[in-house]
Amino acid sequence: MASTSRTDSFRSKVAIAGVAESEVGVLPHMTELQLHAQAAKRALDDAGIDKSEVDGILSLGSARGVRMPSIQVAEYLGIYPGFTDSTSIGGCSFEAYVQHAALAISAGLCETCLITYGSTQRSGGAVFGGGNESWLPSEQFEAPHGLPMMVGAYALAAQRHMHLYGTTEQQLAEIAVASRLWASMNPHAYLREPISIDDVMQSTMISTPLKRHDCCLMTDGGGAVVVTTVERAKRARKAPVYLWGSAETHSHNGISAMPELTVTPAAVTGPQAFASAGIRPTDIDVAQVYDSFTITVLMSLEDLGFCDKGEGGAFVEGGRLAPGGEFPMNTQGGGLSFTHPGMYGVFLIVEAVRQLRGECGERQVSDANLTLCHGTGGALSSGATLILGREPR
Amino acid sequence: MSEPNKPLPVPNNETAPFWKAAGAGRLEVQRCGACSRHVFYPRLVCPYCMSEQLDWVEVSGRGKIYSFTLVHKAPPAFRGEVPYPVALIELDEGVRMMSRLMVENHTRLRIGMPVRVRFEAASEEISLPVFELVEDA
Ligand SMILES: [Zn+2]
Repeated sequence: MASTSRTDSFRSKVAIAGVAESEVGVLPHMTELQLHAQAAKRALDDAGIDKSEVDGILSLGSARGVRMPSIQVAEYLGIYPGFTDSTSIGGCSFEAYVQHAALAISAGLCETCLITYGSTQRSGGAVFGGGNESWLPSEQFEAPHGLPMMVGAYALAAQRHMHLYGTTEQQLAEIAVASRLWASMNPHAYLREPISIDDVMQSTMISTPLKRHDCCLMTDGGGAVVVTTVERAKRARKAPVYLWGSAETHSHNGISAMPELTVTPAAVTGPQAFASAGIRPTDIDVAQVYDSFTITVLMSLEDLGFCDKGEGGAFVEGGRLAPGGEFPMNTQGGGLSFTHPGMYGVFLIVEAVRQLRGECGERQVSDANLTLCHGTGGALSSGATLILGREPR
Repeated sequence: MSEPNKPLPVPNNETAPFWKAAGAGRLEVQRCGACSRHVFYPRLVCPYCMSEQLDWVEVSGRGKIYSFTLVHKAPPAFRGEVPYPVALIELDEGVRMMSRLMVENHTRLRIGMPVRVRFEAASEEISLPVFELVEDA
């Protein structure tokens, strides 16, 4: 692993200058490229940076037809980059993109990177876990057994976590309940009606122990982030948000190959991100933790170091993650209640930046100086963590 | 409306020995001649040591339930079978594989239960390895 002083230098040279969502929800009238473009325009407007300044593009969508996303998006927007990236590691690709953008900018390959996401997963019928090439390992050795993807993979992890640590379905339900309370304060959230632990417990069983309310939404939508040099960000329309720490990794593709079902990639990226930021988990004021499923959050919180392994169930009890709780998390309602167009990672960054800028109105967390974004992709396959600050490190 | 066909493996030069053995009622996986570890799924090179000396060996077919889930909302081709248990099995030889658990009473299922393989014909060419509880044998 690179030494702290060496890795520090690249992060300290960049800042996030703009963030935005496209329209989100059910958008049958829009294409995936329109969602990329709408989010990109709004994020550049947020930054007050002109498109002509963009010389790095990092894009990913979920439509099957777009084989080279950064090329397609750049063509659509009229961008001719000196740095291009379509790294595809699932929902946490966007946390990784911030790290990649920081590396490219600090190395002088480009000055201003535009990160975009767009998906019509709901209305356009983008499909995960189907129609794959028959020779792939997953098609030969997993698909014939009828595990519903992705939920089945996360259900296997949840079952084992309950077996090893006595975690309960009610504890998982706490995460869904908290997410909905935050969403009730977000006018753009897809589901805003508060729910109880009983509501979660009585929702339709999908794949034991995970029920409907343990699972993220399926919506349309997009998001974008502008990363640039600290110097340029200081002349932007809004206050810069600084990159304190970052890390990325992956361990497996198919759930059968996951080294240990209850230890996620966050166990690698969490400690690395905190080390690079020079802070501890207790220093975080507000967290954005990918909630594809309730179990994703519970295991991520353990692996990131917010509590010990096996203690996640007790940690989330008593409304700790909810508004007014000790650990404000997923303050826009998360993938469980706000929106989840196939991949959610970009929205973690959008909300983290808005919390640090104090733009969140009713759901604003007071004294938000340091925030963590942790994305999880695939079948608990990949993880990427960012630590962002209101002040430079 | 007819349901789509279930996905079935299409054996290739890498996986044909596995499916051929399964058709004959034997569970075979690769074993590395260089580092002696069992390897599953089949590969051209060992994921532990990168040796190309991967030989097919018959294994005991015995193992334990590493985790399982009872599927209630299934992929389209499997909807007629819900609820059914899908499991990750840890074989005694150390490799893990996804499979089905063949038990009548699902409430008996627990992680760690000993299981053993048997084979179910899925088509004329393909037999799938599935697992039953040792206590039922
Ligand atoms: Zn080897």
